[in-house]
Amino acid sequence: MADRHVPIAHEADIVTARRQARDLAIELGFDVLGQVHIATAVSELARNIIQYAGNGEITLSVAHDERRRGLALTCSDQGPGIANLDLVLAGGISPVRGRGRGLTGARALLDEFRIETVPGRGTTIWGCKWLT
Amino acid sequence: MSIPVLRVEEFLLASIQDALTDSEALQLKRNILAQIRRSRARGVLLDVSGVDVVDSFTARILGSIGDAAELMGAPTVLVGLQPEVAMTMVELGLELQGITTALNIDRGLHMLRALAGERNR
Repeated sequence: MADRHVPIAHEADIVTARRQARDLAIELGFDVLGQVHIATAVSELARNIIQYAGNGEITLSVAHDERRRGLALTCSDQGPGIANLDLVLAGGISPVRGRGRGLTGARALLDEFRIETVPGRGTTIWGCKWLT
Repeated sequence: MSIPVLRVEEFLLASIQDALTDSEALQLKRNILAQIRRSRARGVLLDVSGVDVVDSFTARILGSIGDAAELMGAPTVLVGLQPEVAMTMVELGLELQGITTALNIDRGLHMLRALAGERNR
C-alpha cells in the first residue's frame, strides 16, 4: 500500500485527512474502535496544523516491525514550533481549548507518539497504532 | 453541506449524517439557535448517529449548542452516539457538559416531552 500524502491547508483538509486515515485503517484490518481512534487522532493533529502553523502535511503509511503491522502517521509543518512542549504535553497549557488538548488526545489514542519541534522552524509528529 | 433542522412536534430535530467541517458545525449551531427563536421550539434533538469522529472541537461545539439552547429555554438531547465514538470520547476525557443524551431518537423525544411537561407545570 502506497503512502498517502494529505496536504493540510484548509479546514476541509481536516475532514479529508481523517477519511483517508480511516480508509487506510480499514484496508489494514483495524476494527471499528481502532478506526475511530486513528481518525480522531488525525483530526486533532490536522486541526493543530491549521490553527498553529497555517499549513503542513500529513503522511499516512503502513508500519512494520518483526511481529506486526500498523498504521503510521507523520505530521509536519513549518510553523512557529512549540516553545514549551513539556508543559503543553502535561496538559498545563490550554488543556481545554488549544494545542494541549489535541496533542494529549492524539497521544492517548495512538501506541507510539513522538514530537520534534524547533521554535521558529516547525514541528514534526510521528505516531503509530499497531494492529493487535 | 448544510444540515436541515426539522420540526418534530414542539421540538427541533437536526440529524448529522456526515462528517462536518468546523464551519459547517458552527453554521449548524447558528441555524439551531435561530430556529428555536423563530419556531418557539421547546427542545432540540441532535441526532449524531451518522457521525464517525467526535474530536475535541466537535465535542466543544455540541456542548455549546446544548448550553446556548438551554439558556433559550430549549433543552438539548443528543441521540445516537455510536459506541466506538463514545468509547473514544471517554479515552480523550471529552465531556458534553450541559447536554443530555439518549440512545435513539424515540427515547430522546420521550425525554424532551417529559422535560417540556415539567416546565409547563
